[in-house]
Amino acid sequence: MGTDSSLLYTPLYTLHQDFGGKMVPFAGYAMPLQYADGIMAEHRHVREQVGLFDVSHMGQVRIRARSGSVEDAARALERLVPADIVALKPGRQRYTQFTNASGGILDDLMVIAQEDCLLLVVNAACKQADLAHMQDNLADCLVEPLEDRALLALQGPLAQDVLSSFDGDAASMRFMDVCMLEIDGARCLVSRSGYTGEDGYEISLSAKDADRVARQLLQHQQVRLIGLGARDSLRLEAGLCLYGADIDQTTTPVEAALEWSIQKSRRAGGVRAGGFPGADIILEQLEKGVTRRRVGLLPEGRAPVRHGAPLYADAALAEPVGEVTSGAFGPTLAAPVAMGYVATPYAAVGTELVAELRGRGVPTRVASMPMVPARFKR
Amino acid sequence: MTLYFTTEHEWLRVDGDTAVVGITQHAADELGELVFVETRPAGTQVKATEAVAVVESVKAASDIYAPVDGEIVEGNATLSDDPSIVSTDPQGAGWIVKFRLSNPAQLEGLMDAAAYAAFVG
Repeated sequence: MGTDSSLLYTPLYTLHQDFGGKMVPFAGYAMPLQYADGIMAEHRHVREQVGLFDVSHMGQVRIRARSGSVEDAARALERLVPADIVALKPGRQRYTQFTNASGGILDDLMVIAQEDCLLLVVNAACKQADLAHMQDNLADCLVEPLEDRALLALQGPLAQDVLSSFDGDAASMRFMDVCMLEIDGARCLVSRSGYTGEDGYEISLSAKDADRVARQLLQHQQVRLIGLGARDSLRLEAGLCLYGADIDQTTTPVEAALEWSIQKSRRAGGVRAGGFPGADIILEQLEKGVTRRRVGLLPEGRAPVRHGAPLYADAALAEPVGEVTSGAFGPTLAAPVAMGYVATPYAAVGTELVAELRGRGVPTRVASMPMVPARFKR
Repeated sequence: MTLYFTTEHEWLRVDGDTAVVGITQHAADELGELVFVETRPAGTQVKATEAVAVVESVKAASDIYAPVDGEIVEGNATLSDDPSIVSTDPQGAGWIVKFRLSNPAQLEGLMDAAAYAAFVG
């Protein structure tokens, strides 16, 4: 791929080219689908050692209350998300969603609390809409996209060894802790989190430092660059949602089995119950249940069952009871893996369903998520 | 035996009225490591451009098309145990189907190795 003026480029574009990245358009950016090793090998490398991902296409946004108080910023953001942001301590990160009036999900995001502001990481494809949404609804805050930042993810069981060789404080961080580390002289805001189900870090740093820091990390022989293809198969095995596939404006957080991300304080009877778009619907779903649920799926055999495949209660393939929203071959499971929505009576772990693949039925079992156990450092 | 290539990145090794069909090295490189190959059953009659097999990588499913009209004689059974052979040896052990040609004159529309090399660039 030469340079294409219709695409955006991350600060690591040259690095991707130097390392043989197969570049594809993704959410308006030229991004590496894979490198020379290929998706299967890259996926396994992250589960066994440590991989480096460029996720600079994601949106990084700072929110500051005009009053200067971070608690005011947290109260303001709670008008748009169902998570407890007020109780989020500086140096901690939390997962949540922007919801709409019908309880659907506009985007899913990470929120980091700092001493004086909140920092958000949002999906690349949603970032312009998210910014407009926040600017429209958070008049009491300054909402500022951080355009000159890059974002790296260092993921895998050896991530701690690698990062603590640059800054020893990396080792003492727990899952969802956030702190400033110095990597090769660059001040980086690092969270212990990721999108692979493995232990690891996400590293926000100045765009001008990104190429140098990435090359320093790659000096460790255990670290390999990993593309978007393996990122997708890793997150799928880990049971993590992809916005636009597994969650969107028509799915609520409760249908999506994300109610763990709605703390007690925001639920009925909580100290700051509701107060976010679609709260009436979402709080009622938390009390009374939902008619469909997102579930993990393990199809029999070797053929992947993919996005859009209908799911049936039995091999007659008469009336669908659900649909696959993400599906691929799971390199760690060495078997197909999927997730999708099914009518609640079919959502129990162990339920035997049948997916339709090229006109025939594939026995498919409802599985507990994650399908590959998470190895976060809690 | 004569080797032909298609614009869909398949090869055919023709011997009399039968042909062995597979995907080219270029196609194998593009698809990446395969995780599943399913061929249509022996005896299936297919027209040119109809699917004879589907190959799946981690990311995507891709149809393999009949280059010319004919009948599937057999699928490569070893691929159900180890589909990665298609990735490692696409123009040898990773063949996909054996095929009986019903209209050998259609071969005239296909490319030879030199024309295919120029086509891929």
